[in-house]
Amino acid sequence: MAINWQAYENPGFHDELIDSGGQVRPPARELLTYLDSLSTDEIHERQHAAELAILEMGITFTVYSEGENIDRAWPYDIIPRIIDAATWRSVDAGLRQRVKALNLFIADIYGEQAVIHDGVFPRTLLDNSANFRKECVGVRPPQDVWAHICGSDLIRDHEGRFMVLEDNLRVPSGVSYMMENRVLTKRVFGELFENTSIQPVGDYPTKLFDMLAALSPRPMDYPEVVVLTPGIYNSAYFEHSFLAQHMGAEVVEGSDLVVGSDDCVYMRTIDGPRRVDVIYRRIDDLFLDPEAFRKDSVLGVPGLMRAWRKGNVGLANAPGAGVADDKVVYAFVPDFIRYYLNEEPILPNVPTYRCYLDDERQYVLDHLDELVVKPANESGGYGMLIGPTATKKDRKHFARLIRNEPRNYIAQPLIRLSTVPTVVDGSVEPRHVDLRPFILQGDDMYVTPGGLTRVALRKGSTVVNSSQGGGSKDTWIVDNGDA
Amino acid sequence: MLSRVAERVYWMGRYLERAESMARLVGAHSNEVMDLPVSMRGGWEELADITGARDAFAGHYKNYDERNVVKFLLADTFNPGSVLTSVRAARENVRTTRELLPTEAWEDMNRLYLYVRDHVQRSLARRHRFEFLHTVIFRCQQISGALAGTMSHDSAYDFVRLGQSLERADMTTRIVDSAVAVLMPREDIPEEYANVLWVHVLKSLSAYQMYRQHVHPRVVSHDVVRFLLQDTPFPRSVDHNITVAEACIQALPRNEATLRRVGRLQRRINEAEPRDMSMDDLHAYIDVLQAGIGEIHEQLTSTWFHLDPDAVPVDG
Repeated sequence: MAINWQAYENPGFHDELIDSGGQVRPPARELLTYLDSLSTDEIHERQHAAELAILEMGITFTVYSEGENIDRAWPYDIIPRIIDAATWRSVDAGLRQRVKALNLFIADIYGEQAVIHDGVFPRTLLDNSANFRKECVGVRPPQDVWAHICGSDLIRDHEGRFMVLEDNLRVPSGVSYMMENRVLTKRVFGELFENTSIQPVGDYPTKLFDMLAALSPRPMDYPEVVVLTPGIYNSAYFEHSFLAQHMGAEVVEGSDLVVGSDDCVYMRTIDGPRRVDVIYRRIDDLFLDPEAFRKDSVLGVPGLMRAWRKGNVGLANAPGAGVADDKVVYAFVPDFIRYYLNEEPILPNVPTYRCYLDDERQYVLDHLDELVVKPANESGGYGMLIGPTATKKDRKHFARLIRNEPRNYIAQPLIRLSTVPTVVDGSVEPRHVDLRPFILQGDDMYVTPGGLTRVALRKGSTVVNSSQGGGSKDTWIVDNGDA
Repeated sequence: MLSRVAERVYWMGRYLERAESMARLVGAHSNEVMDLPVSMRGGWEELADITGARDAFAGHYKNYDERNVVKFLLADTFNPGSVLTSVRAARENVRTTRELLPTEAWEDMNRLYLYVRDHVQRSLARRHRFEFLHTVIFRCQQISGALAGTMSHDSAYDFVRLGQSLERADMTTRIVDSAVAVLMPREDIPEEYANVLWVHVLKSLSAYQMYRQHVHPRVVSHDVVRFLLQDTPFPRSVDHNITVAEACIQALPRNEATLRRVGRLQRRINEAEPRDMSMDDLHAYIDVLQAGIGEIHEQLTSTWFHLDPDAVPVDG
């Protein structure tokens, strides 16, 4: 037996494969039995084979560092994370409920603003919102859906409860890595798939294509759907290309597209111009159209907003959808669920203190050494304060930031994130994880079974972002777990 | 297909071919240079000149010795024609068109790049060089094979082949011209030495065996020139590659202007009679062929890679 499970412990945290008594959780039994049958050398060999496959398959992400772009190999840990199907069913239901409410909120905000009139959401927050787009007021996109693709970040606390940490409604990324991680696990642990029913994740591109195709202004079976990328130096370029390839769509850059005097979008092809029906855009709002937003954007397409407002092209996600992708707005999502759907939230939020409210701000300032402080509109784990481990100087700095711009900060208690066994220097140790499932909303909804598990590779760390040394794991939703 | 994508796969074809040709050229030269008489041992200098990057070389090196020239042609990133630069550029073009090409071809391309990156320094030593060059050639062929065998022969494939065939035609003219450059100032060179040089040219293009089978066992300069420029069946001859390019262009839309330029070049290839040409004539003639290849490249660039703005509905 190569892995010493006796030595594997992590008191005070919820481990997803091993319970607090050191027993294997039922859905993971098959995996652990298998791992136990491997020698240390064999485990090394598998990890090595996976890393080689990553290089050869060219699974990369791009990091901008020291003035140049580096294409880095995707960090992947061979031990999958396992969630039993029964637990997942309620997460799935919670995500559907949440995204439905978020879309109703966005449509409302750009429409009647009933949520403000009814006193559920304060207008001042909207006035100070970085992602509210006045250019979108009055627009009614097909099916009234704005956030077609949502990537919500989930964590599990010390009791294993799932909670939503944030919703990414602008251009969430990671789904291609979710699929590639499965391909890698099949290569490394192919034997395990014989006896375990693991829900497949490979049909995401089909679901994505169907959802996008339904946005076409011209009804037909195969409308021209394209993926709009900022270009090959974008950190998620791999994913843009991956999704396009799996949907059989073109990847286009802004310069490939042009808006004609008929306010339709065309792409430059070797046959001449060709009409584009739907754009899955992976460019931020402000760079989409230099006529409507940032004049200096060279990534976008002049006139694109005009074409979209006239209904001549579908855009996913719709411009302005990011208004709900704001950590202050996040704190209101449970209220939105009650207000729009008349239901109780299935998935809880992490308790959140809103610094624009006097009493909550005072609490935050008094408890900076216990809390995690986040800016309202950053992603990728940047600009955060992790109170318990921060220096006194950092805490003072953040106290000043919060007083200067209270609207721009929220704080949350430090959640003791769950752990999953992870290969570290040849042995197996617990490491903290989060989970990003992807939710599609069109006529129907679709939730990926599982999602992208990110793992903080440094001992004790909770920073899972790949740009900051995080790794990833395949995520299994296992049907025959009897927990 | 998108114009930008067409342009990238075209360049992928060119760079892939460039890497392979360069590997063949350096391999043949490394083998043959020993056989040349001392008076013609300038050999490494001509080799560095073949890629037309004389200034780049002179900017970094003083001496045209074997080590410098081999490093320049295989490993130097400031040389736009080196094996490393070509393979990297080919990979970059594949990386940005992955959604179009078979995954297998991308993985092979990636492996080729990683191999060259990790082994090119070692290859500068003669004892490791042949294995390195052999592997590069083998992997380039593997990628061409993966494309031919697993990619639909659609427009994207036509652009890859178009890039490969124009690059190969261009490289053949350069290699023939390099021999002409050696012989031109020395019309009095004894025939047996001149023949050694022409054998070397044939070997650089992996053409020696086919020449002897299809022309005759004796190596005679004007027959070699005719074979390399005008022999349609031989896959590295100029005529063969322009014929391939023509077939690709014929399958593409809006091809009239480009086909006219192909026709003009074909006429020039076929009307020449190498037997009647001096080395000076030959040198001038090769310039004409290279200009013809350049014209095709420019025409196809403006037809397919740069969209005519008049074609899109615009205001007014």
